[in-house]
Amino acid sequence: MRRVPVRRKPTTREASRRESTGLRTGRAARTGQYLALLAYLVFLAFPFVWLISTAFKPARELGSLHPTWIPEHPTLDNFRQAFDEQPLLQAAGNSLVAAVSAALIAVVIATPMAYAMARHRGRLATAATGWVVVSQAFPFVLVIIPLFLILKNLHLINTLWGLILVYVVWSLPFALWMLAGYVRAVPAELEEAAAVDGAGRVRTLVSVVAPLLAPGIVATALFAFITAWNEFFFALVLLKTPEKQTLPVVLTHFLGAEGVADLGPLAAAAFLATLPSLVLFAFIQRRITGGMTAGAVKH
Amino acid sequence: MTSVTATKRSGPDDPHGGRGGRDGQGGQGGRPRRSWRPGPPGPPPQGKAFGDRAAWFLVLPALIPILILSVGPLLYGIALAFTDAQSGRTRSTQWIGTLNFQDLLHDTLFWDSFRIGLVWAVGVTVPQFLLALGLALLLNQNLRLRWLARALAIVPWAMPEVVVGIMWRLVYNPDAGILNETVRDLGLGDGRDWLTGLATALPAVILVGIWAGMPQTTVALLAGLQNTPRDLHEAAALDGAGAWRRFRTVTWPAIKPIALAISALNLIWNFNSFALVYVLTSGGPGGRTRLPMLFAYEEAFRYGQFGYAAAMGCVMVAVISVLLALHLVGRLRGGEDR
Repeated sequence: MRRVPVRRKPTTREASRRESTGLRTGRAARTGQYLALLAYLVFLAFPFVWLISTAFKPARELGSLHPTWIPEHPTLDNFRQAFDEQPLLQAAGNSLVAAVSAALIAVVIATPMAYAMARHRGRLATAATGWVVVSQAFPFVLVIIPLFLILKNLHLINTLWGLILVYVVWSLPFALWMLAGYVRAVPAELEEAAAVDGAGRVRTLVSVVAPLLAPGIVATALFAFITAWNEFFFALVLLKTPEKQTLPVVLTHFLGAEGVADLGPLAAAAFLATLPSLVLFAFIQRRITGGMTAGAVKH
Repeated sequence: MTSVTATKRSGPDDPHGGRGGRDGQGGQGGRPRRSWRPGPPGPPPQGKAFGDRAAWFLVLPALIPILILSVGPLLYGIALAFTDAQSGRTRSTQWIGTLNFQDLLHDTLFWDSFRIGLVWAVGVTVPQFLLALGLALLLNQNLRLRWLARALAIVPWAMPEVVVGIMWRLVYNPDAGILNETVRDLGLGDGRDWLTGLATALPAVILVGIWAGMPQTTVALLAGLQNTPRDLHEAAALDGAGAWRRFRTVTWPAIKPIALAISALNLIWNFNSFALVYVLTSGGPGGRTRLPMLFAYEEAFRYGQFGYAAAMGCVMVAVISVLLALHLVGRLRGGEDR
C-alpha cells in the first residue's frame, strides 16, 4: 500500500528534481541521467539489432572484411536457405504442440491448487510454498537423470508426451505462485457475499471467482507457453531424433563448423524462433512485472 | 503427509511448516513471518469457500504429478548417487556406497568446473545486480525514454537462451562480428577470437550472462523502488541530505529485502545454468567455460555415467543449500528493515 503523503503532492518536475541522483543542479543531472539511460539502451539493444541485421544480409556482405550495421542490399535469401538446411517447420510444429499442451495442462491443474494455497492458509500452503522455493533451487542435473530413467521405463523417451509431462511439472512452481497472487487479489468478501446470497460452493467458484481470475489464468498460461517454447535442456536430453526435436534443439544443429557463409541462415532461423516469444511476452509483460510488483509490495 | 488441520488463524502461520528453514520461513517467534519472496502474504481470509477435505481435492491434480515427476526423481536421484548405474549395460546396477563421492573428491576436472561455476555465478550476479540497480534507479525517474527502455528490456527476457547464445556468437564472431569491427574502427588492433581464446572465453560468456539476466533483476528492483516511502524521501531532501545519503538511509533499506532475494535466486540460477554456455562455447576452450551443469551433462549423457553424475548433482545441491543458508543468515541479521 502506498502511504498517502500528508503534504501536497509535488509537481512531477519538483519531485524528479528532488529525486535526481547526483548533482543537485537540475539540468546537469538530467543530462547525466539521459546519457546513462542511452548507454543502457545501447547495451540492451545492440546484440538484437546485430542479429536482425545479419539475418537480412546477403552472403556477399556477410563475407566482407568490414561488416556494416545496416545491410546495404537486404534480402530474404537467408530465411529460404535456413528452411532448406534444417527441418524448421517441423521443429516449430513440435515446439508449438509441446508448449500449448504444457501450458493448458499446467493452468488446469495449477488453478485449483493455487486457490487452495491462497485461501487455505495451513500446513499445506506452507509446504507448497516451500516446495516452490526448493524446486527452483536444486540443479536439474539431479532430477534429469532419474527423470530420464523413469520416462525410459514408460517408453516416453523421444516422444513429445514425455517432454510435455516434464514441462508441466517444471512450470508448476511459477504458475502456482503467479496464480496464488491473482487469487489473493480477489476479495474473499465477494465469496462470502455469494455464500450469503445462497450460492453453493461450486457455483461461487464458477460464477464469482473464475471470471475475476480469467485474465490471470490467461497470463499464466502464456507465460508457461513461452517458458516451454524457449526451453532447451530437457528437450536436448529427452528428444533423440531430428523429426521429434523442438526448435531450440534444431537451432543448435546450425552451429558447430559454421563458416561465415552459414551465419546468415543461422541468424534468420534464430530471429524467427524468437518472434512468438517476443510477441506474447509483450502482451503479458505488464502482468508479469505487475505480478512481481504485487508479490513485492507490502499488502 | 499429515492431514491438514484447520487452525484458528489469529497470527502468523505455525513455524513448523518450514523444513529446516530451507524455504526462508524459519520460525522467527512473534515477528510476522516473511516469506522468501518479499512481502508477507495477505491477511488470512475470513471465510473459506471449502473445508479441509475439499482442499485436498483442489490440490491433488497438481500434487500427484509433482510427487511423481519432481519429488520422486529427486529422491531417486539421491539414491542413484550411491550406485554404479550406467547407461546401456547389461548387468544389474550395484550399490557401491560412497565410492562415487570418493571418486569425485579426487576428480580435478570436476573441481575445476566447480570453481568455474562459482566464478561464473558470482561474476554474473554481482555486476548484473549493480547495473540493474543503476537502471532501476534511472527508470524510477521521470525520464522521457522510459517506455523505450521498458520495451527493450523485454528482449533478453523473452528470448530463448539458445537464441541469446547464437546472437552473441554473431557479435563475437572474429571475422564478421560487430565487436571486432568496432575494435578495428577504434584503431585498437585486429580484435580477437573472443570465445576461443583461453584468457577471454570466460569473461566473454560472463558478459552474455550479465546481459541475459538484466531485465528480471531490474524489474524486481524497480518493484522495490516503487514501494519506497516517497514522503520519507522528501523529508530527507528537505533536511538537506544529499543523493547518496538519501539512497543509503531511505532507498536501500526499503529495497534491501528484494535485493537479497533476487541476488540469492540469481546466484542459484546462474550456478545451474546450461543452455547459454552450451551454445556459446560448449564448455571450451580447454574446459575453461565448462560449468558444472555442462560437466554433469557430458558425464551422464555422453559417457553414460548416471551414478557418478547423480553424485555430482548431490554435491551441487549441498553447495546450493549452504549458499541459501548463508543468505538466510544474512537476511535474519539485516532483516530489520523499515
